[in-house]
Amino acid sequence: MSKFIIRRLLTAIPTLLVISFVVFAILELSPADPVGNLPLTIPPEVRAQIREKMGADDPFMVKYVKWVNQFMINEPLNILEETTGISIGNSEERLRYISWQTRSPIIDLVIQRLPQTLWVVGTSYLLAILIAVPIGVISAYKQYSIFDQVGTFLAMIGFSVPTFFTGLLFIIIFSVNLKWFPSVYDTTHKVSISDIDSVIFQLRQMFMPTAVLALFFTAQMSRFTRSSMLENLNQDYVRTARSKGLSEKYVVLKHVLRNSLIPVVTLIALGIPGIFQGAIITEQIFRVNGLGQLLIIAIQGGDLPTVQTLTFIFAVLIVFGNIAADIAYAILDPRVVYN
Amino acid sequence: MATVAKSKPIKLDDVEPEMLKSNSLWSDAWRQFRKHKLAMIAVFVLFFIVAGVIIGPFFWTVDPEHIEITESYSGMTTIHPFGTDSLGRDTLARVMFGGRVSLAIGISAMLIAMFLGTLVGLLAGYYRSLDNILMRITDMFLSLPILPLLLVITLLFRDSLRKIFGPEMGIFILTVTIIGALGWMPTARLVRGEVLAVKGQEFVLAARSIGSPDYRILFGHILRNVFSPVIVAATFSIASAIITEAALSFLGLGFPPDFPTWGRLLFDGKDFLTITPALVIWPGLFISLTVLCVNFIGDGLRDALDPKMRK
Amino acid sequence: MQYFSFRKMSLLLVIVLVVGAFGVIGTASAQDDERTLNILYWQAPSTLNVFLSGGTKEIHAASLVLEPLARYDQDGNLVPYLATEIPTLENGGISEDLTTITWNLRDDIVWSDGTPFTADDVVFSWEFCTNPELGCSQVQNFNDVENVEAVDDHTVLITFGGPKPFPYGPFVGAQSPIFQRAQFQDCVGADAQSCTEENFNPIGTGPYVVEEFRPNDVITYVVNENYRDFPEKPFFTRVNFKGGGDAESAARAVLETGEFDYAWNLQVEFPILQAMEANGIGTIISGFGTSVERLIVNQTNPNPDLGDLRSVFEADGSNAHPFLTDPAVYRALSMAIDRNVMAEQLYGPTGRATCNVLPAPAIYASTNNDSCLVQDIEGANALLDEAGIVDTDGDGIREKDGVPLRILYQTSTNALRQNEQALIKQWWSEIGVDTELRNIDASVFFGGDPASPDTYQKFYADIEMYTNNFDGTDPESYMSNWACNNIPGPDTGWLGNNIQRSCDPEYDALVEQMARTADLEDRAALAIQMNDMIVQNGWMIPLIHRGAVSARRNDLEGVLMNVWDSELWNIADWTRAS
Repeated sequence: MSKFIIRRLLTAIPTLLVISFVVFAILELSPADPVGNLPLTIPPEVRAQIREKMGADDPFMVKYVKWVNQFMINEPLNILEETTGISIGNSEERLRYISWQTRSPIIDLVIQRLPQTLWVVGTSYLLAILIAVPIGVISAYKQYSIFDQVGTFLAMIGFSVPTFFTGLLFIIIFSVNLKWFPSVYDTTHKVSISDIDSVIFQLRQMFMPTAVLALFFTAQMSRFTRSSMLENLNQDYVRTARSKGLSEKYVVLKHVLRNSLIPVVTLIALGIPGIFQGAIITEQIFRVNGLGQLLIIAIQGGDLPTVQTLTFIFAVLIVFGNIAADIAYAILDPRVVYN
Repeated sequence: MATVAKSKPIKLDDVEPEMLKSNSLWSDAWRQFRKHKLAMIAVFVLFFIVAGVIIGPFFWTVDPEHIEITESYSGMTTIHPFGTDSLGRDTLARVMFGGRVSLAIGISAMLIAMFLGTLVGLLAGYYRSLDNILMRITDMFLSLPILPLLLVITLLFRDSLRKIFGPEMGIFILTVTIIGALGWMPTARLVRGEVLAVKGQEFVLAARSIGSPDYRILFGHILRNVFSPVIVAATFSIASAIITEAALSFLGLGFPPDFPTWGRLLFDGKDFLTITPALVIWPGLFISLTVLCVNFIGDGLRDALDPKMRK
Repeated sequence: MQYFSFRKMSLLLVIVLVVGAFGVIGTASAQDDERTLNILYWQAPSTLNVFLSGGTKEIHAASLVLEPLARYDQDGNLVPYLATEIPTLENGGISEDLTTITWNLRDDIVWSDGTPFTADDVVFSWEFCTNPELGCSQVQNFNDVENVEAVDDHTVLITFGGPKPFPYGPFVGAQSPIFQRAQFQDCVGADAQSCTEENFNPIGTGPYVVEEFRPNDVITYVVNENYRDFPEKPFFTRVNFKGGGDAESAARAVLETGEFDYAWNLQVEFPILQAMEANGIGTIISGFGTSVERLIVNQTNPNPDLGDLRSVFEADGSNAHPFLTDPAVYRALSMAIDRNVMAEQLYGPTGRATCNVLPAPAIYASTNNDSCLVQDIEGANALLDEAGIVDTDGDGIREKDGVPLRILYQTSTNALRQNEQALIKQWWSEIGVDTELRNIDASVFFGGDPASPDTYQKFYADIEMYTNNFDGTDPESYMSNWACNNIPGPDTGWLGNNIQRSCDPEYDALVEQMARTADLEDRAALAIQMNDMIVQNGWMIPLIHRGAVSARRNDLEGVLMNVWDSELWNIADWTRAS
C-alpha cells in the first residue's frame, strides 16, 4: 500500500507538469484578450501598447518559462521566507507572478478569496454529504416507498434546475419578499466567536448561496448513494450477516453502507477541487466573489496569468483528490487491491 | 445467453426459477422492466414529450421565430397557450422547436459521455497496466479550463465543420462532441472504482479460471455489475448537457441566438421571472420531466438487467 | 424501518427552525448605517490606477479619490476642480495661436496625506502617463502635447505641437486625473506594474481615501479629512463599493431589496427595470451621452472563399462588398428597421431612436436624416425592385447580379442585443433579405486577438452591431476614426477604427479641415457634414441613442447623472434624506 502511495505521488509530478503545459497552450490559443473589455474610446494603438507592456505579446515559451520560474520557484520561496523568517538569496529582486488585470501578485488574490469560498462552498459541500448519505441509505432501504419517491423527485428537480435559476428564485423569495436574508454577500465581514451578532450575520449571508449549492450537490450524491446501496443490499454477504442474527441496523450501516461507499468516495474526491474552485454561477449570483468569481473574471478579461495559476492550483487538487480516493477505496473495501 | 449461463453456477443464490426458464436475457429483461410501474409510466411520458416535439410543430404551425410585438408578454391564452416572450414570440412553438434540439443534444451527448466514460473506466479498472496512464489522462481532462478550451475549439473547428455539414448540422455535431468529450471523466472514475471492487469477486475469478476471454469478462460480467452508477450518471448527464448547450451558445459557440433551445429559453426567461413566469416554467418543466423520466427508465433498466436487484 | 425516517424528520424540523430563526433575527438587525453609502457596480474594479486600466469601472471608482483639473458637469460644461477657472481664449488662458493652454491651480488644495498639491504633480502626471514603458491606457488624452511645465507652484503651461482648437484633453475629465509625484515617483515606467500598494491606494485630493481595496471584489473608502470642503462635505463618512454579479441582480439590490443605494450601468430590458421600480424603493436614472448603437456595414467582401483577402480593403475597389455598397441595398436595409419600436420595446426611456452616428451634444446633432425614424417596408421593397434587385430564383430572397442577399449579422453576447438582432432579422426578411445571426462572447469580439476570426476589427461578417461613443464633448478625434488611414487590415495587425473600411477623400478633407478650425459653430457644421456622409453613404446604420442607466434608492439625494464624466463625479454632494 505504501509503495502504491509513493508511486502515485511520484507520478503526480510529471502529470502536473504536462497538465500545466497543456493548459498554458490552450490559454495561449484562446482568443479572449486582456484589452477586450476596455471601452472603445481607447484607440487601437494604445491597446496594442498596453498588451505589449503586459507581456501579452511575448512568445509562448517565454511566457511559460516565466510562469514556471515565478510561480513554481519564486512564490514557494516567498512563502517559505515568510513562514520561517529566513531569507534565501536576493528576495528583494525576486519577481512575483502578477495578474494582468490587477497588477498584483496572484497568490495574494488567491489568499484573499479563499475564506469566502471555503465558508460558502465548503459548508454546502459538507452539508450535502451529511444530508445526502442518509437520504440515499433510507431511499435504498425503503426502495419505492413514499420517502424514496419524494426523494427521487426532489433530487431530479434539484439537479435539472440549474443554479442560476434556483439562486434567483431564492433571492426573490427570501430577499425580495420575505426580507430574511441579504442577496449580496459581504466579503469584508469579520466573524468573531465572541460577537454573537457577527456570527448570526455570517450565517444569514451564507444561507442562500449555501442552500442553493447544497441542494445541487445533495441531489447528485444521494442518487449515487442510493444506487450503490441498492446494489449491495441483495448481495450474499448481507444475507449471511442477517442470518448470523446481527441487528438490522448493524448490517445496513456497517456492511452495506461501507461497501456502498466507493462511488460516494469517488464523487466526494471529484468534488474536493470544486470546494476551492468555488461555484462560478452561485458565487456570481450572490456576489460571494470567491475563487470561482476570480476565475471567471480572469477568463472574461483574458488574464492569462491568473487563469493559468488558478487552473494549475485546481489541477493539483484534482490529482491529489484522486490519489486520496484511491487510498480510501482500499481502506473501505478490502476487495480493492493495488499492488 | 452464454454469459448468463457461465456466471450462474457461481452465484447460485441468484438463480431464480423464471431465470432458468428464460432463453434470452433481453426478453427476460423486458419482462422485468414491465413490472417496474414507474419506469413504464416514464417511458410513456418520455414518448409523449419526444412525439410532441417531433410531431407537434406540424399541428401547431406558428413560426417559433416570428415576432409579434403587439402580443409581447402575453399570458396563457388560446392564441398562445404557453404565453409569449418580450418580443411576442410564441412560447409553445419555441418549446416544441427547442425540444428537438435539446433532447437530441441531451441524449447524444449523454451516450457519448457514457460510452467514453464506461470504456475508460472498465479498461483502467481491469488492466493494471492501463490504469495509471488512463487515470492521468482523466486527471488532465478534469483539469482543463472549460471556457477557454471552448473558445479555442470554436476558433479551430467551427468554420470547417460549418463548411462540411452546413451551419446547423455542423454546430450540432460540434456541440454534442464537445459536451460528450468533456463530460466522461466522472463516469470513468466511478466505473473504475466499481471495477476495482468487483474484479476481485468470485464470479470474475471463476470466469477467468474457465478461460473466458477478457472482453467477455469485461463487457459481459463486470459491465453488468457496474451498471448502476452509470445509469445514475447518465441521468445527470442529460440534464447537464441540456443546460451546457445554452452556456455554449452564450459564448457564440452553440446555435445562433434566435434558435430556441430549452436551456436557452430557461436562461433568457429567468430575468422575466416576476413579469411572465411562464417563460421559465415551461422549459424548466420539460427539462425536469425529461430528466425524471430518464431516471425512472434507468432504474427500471438496471433492475431488469442486473440479476442482483430482483427482490 | 421507522428508525431512519424519524431521524430524518427531526433533522428536517431542526433545519426549518434554524432557518426561520436566522430569518427573524435577521430582519431586526439592518446592516446599513445612515452615513454609509453602498454602491454596487456589477463589474468590479480591478485597480485604482486609471493609467494602467482604462475600464470605465476603474475610472469611476478612482474618481472618489483622484481628481482632474476640471470636470464636465451633467450638462457637459467644464467646471474647474483643482484649477481656479477654465482657461479660454477670452481670459487669455489659451494663446491666440492655439498652441498653449495655461492652467492656474487652486492654492488651498492638499493631498490626503496633508502635503500641498502643486504644479509639479501635474507635470508628473503627464510624465507618468506618457512614459513609453508604462503602456498608459489614457495616453490619447495627451495627443499632440509637446511639453507640460510648472511655471510656478500654481501655474501649469501645456504646449501643443501645433494649433489645438480643443485643448481640453490633458487633465480634464475623470480619465485624466492628477497623481501625486511623491507617491508614484518610484513607480514610473515598467516599475508601475509591481507597485501594488500604490495602484490600490493612490493618494488623491478627492473626498475619500481608500481604506481597503480588494481587487475585483469590494473597495471600502473613508472620508478624506484633508478634503477642501471637510467637514461640511462629504455627507457620507464611509463608502462601500461592491462589485460582481450581473446587471439584472444589481438593479434588484437597489430597486427591490434596497440593500444598496446606487447601482451602475443597468443595461437590461426596460420592462424588467420598470417592474422593479414599481416597488417604490428606488428610481431609475438615465442620461444621454454620445453612445449610439449602430450597425456597421462591411464595405469589403467577407466571403470565406477569399481566404486571406476576407474583409480586406483594396484601394482600387476590387474587393468591395458584392451588394452592401449598392445605395438601394443599404437604404432599403435602413428603411426596413422600425427604430421606434426597438427603442420602446427594449429600451423604454433609456434609449431613443436615432438616425445619426453623432447625436450629441446638441450643436453637433444633424437633423438631415430624420426620415429614417419612420419604418417603410413598402418603400424599401420598391427601392430594391427599381434597382433591379429582385428574387430571380423564387426562394424568397432577392439577388443582385446573381448574388443572393444573405447577410451574416454578428454582435456581442447580451440579451438586449440578441433581441435587437431578432427584430432586425424579421424586418429584413420582409424585404427579401435573409439574415443569419451570430453572437460572440464580448471578451473575444472586442478583444482584438489577431488570431481570432471573431473580432469586430476583422469583421468576417456582412453586418455587425455595437455601441460606440467618445469621451468628453468634442467629437474631433471621434469623427477622424473613419478616415482612410484608419482602415484595419492584415498589414496593420488589424488595428484601426474605420471598421466598415470606408474610404472617401472628401471625408478625409473634412477631417483635416476640422483639425484646423477653431470656431465652435464652424466645427459643428463640419461634424454634421461628416455625420451625414457616414449615414447617407450607408457606412453605418444608426439605431438607438443609448442612455446610461443607473438606479438610486429614493432616500439618496444629490445624485446628478453625468454621462460626460464619472457618474460619481459629485459624490461629495450626495446626502441621505432623513
